[in-house]
Amino acid sequence: MRNGALAVVVISAATLGGCSEGVLAPKGPIAGAEREILFNSLGIMLAIVIPTMLATLGVAFWYRSSNRRARYLPEFAYSGRLESLVWSIPAMTVMLLGGVAWVGSYDLAPTRLLASEVKPLRIQVVSLDWKWLFLYPEQGIASVNRLAIPVGTPVSFELTSSGVMNTFWVPQLSGQIYTMAGMTTRLNLQADHPGTYRGLSGNFSGDGFSDMHFAVEAVPAENFTAWVETTRQSGPVLDAQSYADLARPGTVAQPFGYRSVAPAFFGHILRASVQPAAAQRMEK
Amino acid sequence: MNPLGKLDWSAIPFDQPIIMAASAMMVLGIAFVLGWIVLKGYLPYLWREWLTSVDHKRIGVMYLVLAMLMLLRGFTDAIMMRAQQAVAAGGAQGYLPPEHFDQIFSAHGTIMIFFVAMPLVIGLMNFAVPLQLGIRDVAFPTLNSVSLWLTASGILLTNLSLVVGEFAKTGWVAYPPLSELQFSPGVGVDYYLWALQISGIGTLLTGINFVTTILKTRAPGMGYMRMPVFCWTALASNLLIVAAFPVLTATLAMLLLDRYLGFHFFTTDAGGNPMMYVNLFWVWGHPEVYILVLPAFGVYSEVVATFSGKPLFGYRSMVGASMAICVIAYLVWLHHFFTMGAGAGVNAFFGVMSMIIAVPTGVKIFNWMFTMYGGRVRFTAPILWTIGFMVTFVLGGLTGVLLAVPPADFQLHNSLFLVAHFHHVIIPGVVFGAFAGYHYWFPKAFGFRLDERWGKASFWCWFVGFHLAFMPLYVVGLLGMTRRMQHYDVVSWQPWLLLAAGGAVIILAGIACQAVQLVVSIRAREQLRDVTGDPWNGRTLEWSTPSPPPAWNYAVLPQVGEIDAYWQAKQSPRGREARPAQAREYEAIDMPRNSPTGFITAFFAVITGFALIWHIWWMAAFGVLGAFVTLLFFAFRRQEEVEIPAVEIARFERAREREAAP
Repeated sequence: MRNGALAVVVISAATLGGCSEGVLAPKGPIAGAEREILFNSLGIMLAIVIPTMLATLGVAFWYRSSNRRARYLPEFAYSGRLESLVWSIPAMTVMLLGGVAWVGSYDLAPTRLLASEVKPLRIQVVSLDWKWLFLYPEQGIASVNRLAIPVGTPVSFELTSSGVMNTFWVPQLSGQIYTMAGMTTRLNLQADHPGTYRGLSGNFSGDGFSDMHFAVEAVPAENFTAWVETTRQSGPVLDAQSYADLARPGTVAQPFGYRSVAPAFFGHILRASVQPAAAQRMEK
Repeated sequence: MNPLGKLDWSAIPFDQPIIMAASAMMVLGIAFVLGWIVLKGYLPYLWREWLTSVDHKRIGVMYLVLAMLMLLRGFTDAIMMRAQQAVAAGGAQGYLPPEHFDQIFSAHGTIMIFFVAMPLVIGLMNFAVPLQLGIRDVAFPTLNSVSLWLTASGILLTNLSLVVGEFAKTGWVAYPPLSELQFSPGVGVDYYLWALQISGIGTLLTGINFVTTILKTRAPGMGYMRMPVFCWTALASNLLIVAAFPVLTATLAMLLLDRYLGFHFFTTDAGGNPMMYVNLFWVWGHPEVYILVLPAFGVYSEVVATFSGKPLFGYRSMVGASMAICVIAYLVWLHHFFTMGAGAGVNAFFGVMSMIIAVPTGVKIFNWMFTMYGGRVRFTAPILWTIGFMVTFVLGGLTGVLLAVPPADFQLHNSLFLVAHFHHVIIPGVVFGAFAGYHYWFPKAFGFRLDERWGKASFWCWFVGFHLAFMPLYVVGLLGMTRRMQHYDVVSWQPWLLLAAGGAVIILAGIACQAVQLVVSIRAREQLRDVTGDPWNGRTLEWSTPSPPPAWNYAVLPQVGEIDAYWQAKQSPRGREARPAQAREYEAIDMPRNSPTGFITAFFAVITGFALIWHIWWMAAFGVLGAFVTLLFFAFRRQEEVEIPAVEIARFERAREREAAP
């Protein structure tokens, strides 16, 4: 119990102490709403759990066998009223929470586009062993381990994997979504504040998994345009050959960019992992 | 072509000092124990009385011995991981390279779930359920022995992977495509798969055995609503085993077909779909959680009633809650992957179902509290484990319900928050329960009690150590740390992981206290002797037998008229006198004959498993043939029972009467 309470204090301290990273320091509407749901659910449950813990300890202590002031009721084993209370307390808590979960599931479905006046930016994500490739189909560029996005603009992701499963996770912007070969998952998020946020994989994917993190650089729109321009000036071209090189297992020391990508390249990647023959063709 | 398939000297990791030292210690330890047994001449005794025993009590004890040994192995893995993550911050790589660290966390999960938690609860059920039901053995005693030894085969194969070859590097869930041949070409995943296939058959047979036992072979007069709650939870748990384990077996079989014969169930190409594996795995995996926790709930119910000197509050509610959990357990599996892109409606449904299953669990907590209410609570070690569980588990349940809220789960999935959560339910829920049961039934099994002081010391170490080890993981999880990281570059996580490592050390002290407790208790067994058979003033039938009970448990099968049959018998003055042993006529009892079938089957199962892992096809054929011939021998046995003469039973009962007389 002491430790339980301590834990609550520790968790709230970490929360209120204004930590600068992680789930509890959201920098966008999605992560913000997810944190709110987390706190609401926690609050609803703590209202039941803390009294239960205290009551358990209190009852156990008061009815200790050495306490002769406590009444001994050796036959007390049933009470209709208590039984209905005992079932209704957790049932009502769960009804309340179930509502929160139900509404939240629809509101924060990762496929749901964010309501905004700004046109969303499309980004395609590929998880590889053990690095992240971000394709910007509208800009015709790509980037490895660096995800630049404009602040205040909804970003709409399509995600896949070159082979094994990973999850795409930027704790300060949004929850996770799996990346799976041959399949596309979707995620929408937005950064409200400029900054560099940590992104990583949440699903173990092999020996290089620990290094499979990337930087999300949320920058003002004009800086984003400038970054796109700079990326277009230099770096290699992403084609079947350079993709095959990138897909070889290994980690990437420094983020880098591809100055040009064919618009439908994401489709190639999707198909390549489904058909081994196609992958071989691509490598040739 | 190598007659030994893929096996050659390169399978033994001579270049890995940590693995070689651990293997050497393990081999030396086994050699030492075996040598000691042989030299002391205990081997015939061990073979006759234990290895070939079909007595449910001895099988139960052997399950628990296996579980405790594997707890040491699994805990060694745990403390190595904690040590690695405590140091591998910033640029540091720690002392474990990724290929070794990956095996350790995979082995830790596999061992703790399949070879610690499962044998713990199955061992307790084996020991206590037939005694509580007032019967002499389980429905299929030899099958029970086969189950035990198949579990032991899985354990042996898993531990063999330390010395010969490698273990899976995929995590204990072995999700494809990572676990497919393309990404895991080594034998590690094969060790995982065959170990679980072999022990899984054992578990399924246990399930069938216990469902039959509980449904068909209760003492005369013991209707369903007169069964002790532990038997009810055992029934619920074994029903879950019967329904869930075939799913695991089929799922792993499909992965084996992918790996061995080039099928495409879960591959990324040629129409395979890894999502199917993930679904099927958790269709087994979530009921598995309740397979483990329900018997522990049963133990808590027995302990809390006994040590409060009161019947369990709300027996019918408790039974209903257990059976409700048994059903709803099948409707929640999707909450293990809300982040896989299912639609909002699907996520919402499974989120709400996952919350609903918390209702019967909450009811149980309240009922245990009301059992203590109006009682005279004796603070022995088992009740400490129970109260410790109650206050800890509600928080673990709370974080579980948080994870059941899909949008919250998007952020917490696969983070260390999740790791903290499931340890927060499994350690207090299952492990504390097993320890409470161990302390509670130990005098019944061995005729003397365990030392209380060391038991309490162990509880406090575990309790404090647990919180110190896992509360920080909640925090780093919220800070964005995912599980299974061999190193990390965010230095601000490190203090929390150092704290967690400290917690693991305190848990180690708790385990040490338990070892000391066992030694101290054995040495002081004369002072701790239980002559009455009822050391705790118990309520259920097992306490009416002598400690330890004879092979036949009950000289005369008890007549059950009420719930808490033994307590009621003790209350009525007639009940106390109901057993004048001298005057009573006894009848001869037929008991199942000991059989080496289980042990020999397991021997061939290990050979088959090992051969399949290393692609030694002739050896696999030999193993299968051997197991089949063993089965034939068993099927055509001449004599299946031994008769225990009435004279022997009368002699035993008279001796007991004399001993128990003040």
